[in-house]
Amino acid sequence: MTEHKHFIVRYKTFAIVWALLGGLTALTVAASRVDLGAGNIWVALVIAATKSALVIFFFMNLRQEARLFKVGLLAVLTILAIFIGFTFFDVLYR
Amino acid sequence: MSETTSSYGGFFAESPRPGILGWLLTTDHKRIGILYLGCIMTMFIVGACLGLAMRLQLFQSGTGIMSAQTYNATFTVHGVIMIFLFIIPSVPAAFGNLVLPIMLGARDVSFPRVNLLSWYCYVAGALLAVIAIFSGGGPPDTGWTFYVPFSTQTTTNVNLAVTAAFMLGFSSILTGINFVTTIHRLRCKGMGWGKLPMFVWTLYATAWIQVLATPMLGITLVLVFLERIFGAGLFDAARGGDPVMFQHLFWIYSHPAVYIMILPGMGVISEIIPVFSRKPLFGYWAMAFSSLAIAFAGSLVWAHHMYTSGMSDLAILVFSFMTFIVAIPSAIKVFNWVSTLHKGSIQLAPPMLYALAFIFNFSIGGLGGLVLGAAASDIQLHDTTFVVGHFHYTMFGGLGFAFFGALHYWLPKFFGRMYNHKRALIAWALTFVGFNITYMAMQAVGVMGMPRRYYDYLPQFEPLNMVATFGSWILALGLLIMFVNLWQGIRHGAPVGKNPWAAATLEWTVPSPPPMENFGVEDPVLTRGPYDFKGVVADEP
Amino acid sequence: MSHEHRDDTGARFGMWVFLYTEVILFSGLFILYAVSLAKFPAPYSIASHKLNIYFGTINTLVLLTSSLTMAMAITAIQRGRIKQTLMLCSSTVGLAILFLVNKFFEWSAEIGHGIYPGSEELAAMGPGVTSFFNLYYFTAGLHGFHVIVGATLICVVTLRVAKGKVNSERYVLLENSALYWHLVDLVWIFLFPLYYLIL
Repeated sequence: MTEHKHFIVRYKTFAIVWALLGGLTALTVAASRVDLGAGNIWVALVIAATKSALVIFFFMNLRQEARLFKVGLLAVLTILAIFIGFTFFDVLYR
Repeated sequence: MSETTSSYGGFFAESPRPGILGWLLTTDHKRIGILYLGCIMTMFIVGACLGLAMRLQLFQSGTGIMSAQTYNATFTVHGVIMIFLFIIPSVPAAFGNLVLPIMLGARDVSFPRVNLLSWYCYVAGALLAVIAIFSGGGPPDTGWTFYVPFSTQTTTNVNLAVTAAFMLGFSSILTGINFVTTIHRLRCKGMGWGKLPMFVWTLYATAWIQVLATPMLGITLVLVFLERIFGAGLFDAARGGDPVMFQHLFWIYSHPAVYIMILPGMGVISEIIPVFSRKPLFGYWAMAFSSLAIAFAGSLVWAHHMYTSGMSDLAILVFSFMTFIVAIPSAIKVFNWVSTLHKGSIQLAPPMLYALAFIFNFSIGGLGGLVLGAAASDIQLHDTTFVVGHFHYTMFGGLGFAFFGALHYWLPKFFGRMYNHKRALIAWALTFVGFNITYMAMQAVGVMGMPRRYYDYLPQFEPLNMVATFGSWILALGLLIMFVNLWQGIRHGAPVGKNPWAAATLEWTVPSPPPMENFGVEDPVLTRGPYDFKGVVADEP
Repeated sequence: MSHEHRDDTGARFGMWVFLYTEVILFSGLFILYAVSLAKFPAPYSIASHKLNIYFGTINTLVLLTSSLTMAMAITAIQRGRIKQTLMLCSSTVGLAILFLVNKFFEWSAEIGHGIYPGSEELAAMGPGVTSFFNLYYFTAGLHGFHVIVGATLICVVTLRVAKGKVNSERYVLLENSALYWHLVDLVWIFLFPLYYLIL
């Protein structure tokens, strides 16, 4: 891990992210009122993932953190995908 | 300062606070390691006594010393104590805390106060587990696996037992967070990843499993607790739940948990074998990456505990296949240990005896794991005593013996005194022979069809059960001699210098016991690799 | 003779690793949800309509705003603006309280209608709806517990800022409590559409 000074994030940046998050919230509510069949859940998850990415990279400052932090996050998400995915090998095929 | 502990010198004598507070409020990783060691050894003895009681019950067919209910409670508490209070914390919390920072050339772990908190969580869990035995509806009788629906319906004190397990899981998580951060942040100058002792690599891999798997146990235990309180029907099919989902959530933790158990033990073996072969560890990077591979692959196999649960054939296929894959990195380690021994200058000192026994026992256990991992044979062997034999070979014959090896290797460093080697050899021989008699007989009678967790059995299983019980007495005698010898050694043994074993890792460059600061005023700069024995000599006897 | 051990990057890293454990903790509940949704698609839709979408949306916006105020608090302390820091932290706690108050009213209404884990009314609505609400209450309940913990943590840190112990030279404690708070927001970002917005 390299030690480098983080730059101070401007209020304006955070405000823009917050506005985007609000917009995505409106979008997810609107999308949920349209019948997309099985697509609804996936749209909801993609929007939620996008909101999460904004919170993680900007609010939680992962943008400026060392590569190790990002690798750790990837590890968690990979493990999660495995836990869910492999469980569905059972549940979906009984 | 108390008389007894200060006579050891080093960190025993130096403390910012005098007396008992200097221990109860310590943030020194070495003192925390000693605190853990004492508790862990105590819980091992309690768990072992329960195991001996079980073997007494199973000595003969048709008669016994306890009721079915008592037997159910005994094997449950034996499992909970051994797994959560002994095996999982044993090497990381005791020896990891004692040794890791010094091996890294550091002064302490990254979060010393969190370290102390982890010990208090352990103690809380231990107290709750003991209280659960004597309160509520009595000791839990569900097996350490707490399967639903029985665990949500039984009137025994499951609530307190799962709370205890939750606290112990939290302790494990805090240790994991500390070790991952410490290994990344506090390595001394010169200590690149390629210079780390293999024990550090295995603690690193273990710490990641502790962090990523243990919380799943946390939520599973919380749900059992909530289910008992609210009766919501989370795992009740009539109310939209699925009891098999409990098993998935439970084993998503509990399978990786066995790698939390074994990996640090493998790390201990990787330290001992090179020292007592006077040869560098064979295949350093293969050993390092196989540790990470075991951690990763071990997270993909959990449902091999569930072949008979009613899950889909596809799942059975996938998990069986993955189980065969996870055997490969373990096998790589066994080959590399043997290759290290090859053409080495072998010294059969007590730590080495336990390391060699580990290789033998763990190999048998590992092969048994393949038999169980194959779905076809598992259908026959599931819930028989073959399974019990298998996991005792890996967890006791494997990790247990590695723990005993670690005791014989590192106690002289941390107490500054040497035990009697001849008595250690006798203890080892009895332990090794007794262990194999007990659990080989158990595997045999399991193949014959004897179920596990039964308080009685059919007469045709009696001869082998008698053999197993006799074996348990030999094993118990060996353990008794071992503990007495080690105890007398740390109290009255001959003083040792910095490096009685002529080892090359950093803990052998500081006094025995180490001072509070580990390395004095200046941080160490690493020049020598962990298995670079050139010019390393043992202290004069 | 002691060295003062200070490693802010390490401290933040340790907090991130702790947050990974929280993600896995909640994931158990989300796995149960996924399995149950796959089994009971129609009852899950019916059950979702029983939840109040207005409470859910307002609470989502409340939490998102509280994450904004916490992020801004870090900038404030980096700039040495202590009064702004205190105001932003207090706002975060205020929003957390607002979230919990909303939850109180929302749940009072539902429980008043007999919808709670273990109730007979719920059981009478069938296994799918029962499963939905069991998981909803346990997940939102666990989340609410984390809201309380996070808000308490922020209160403690706010006091330290007021006393000057956390300042522009030394603020990793504030960063870490902010990280914890953002996790609380992240869990809700997933909880909201999965429970409140099923068509």
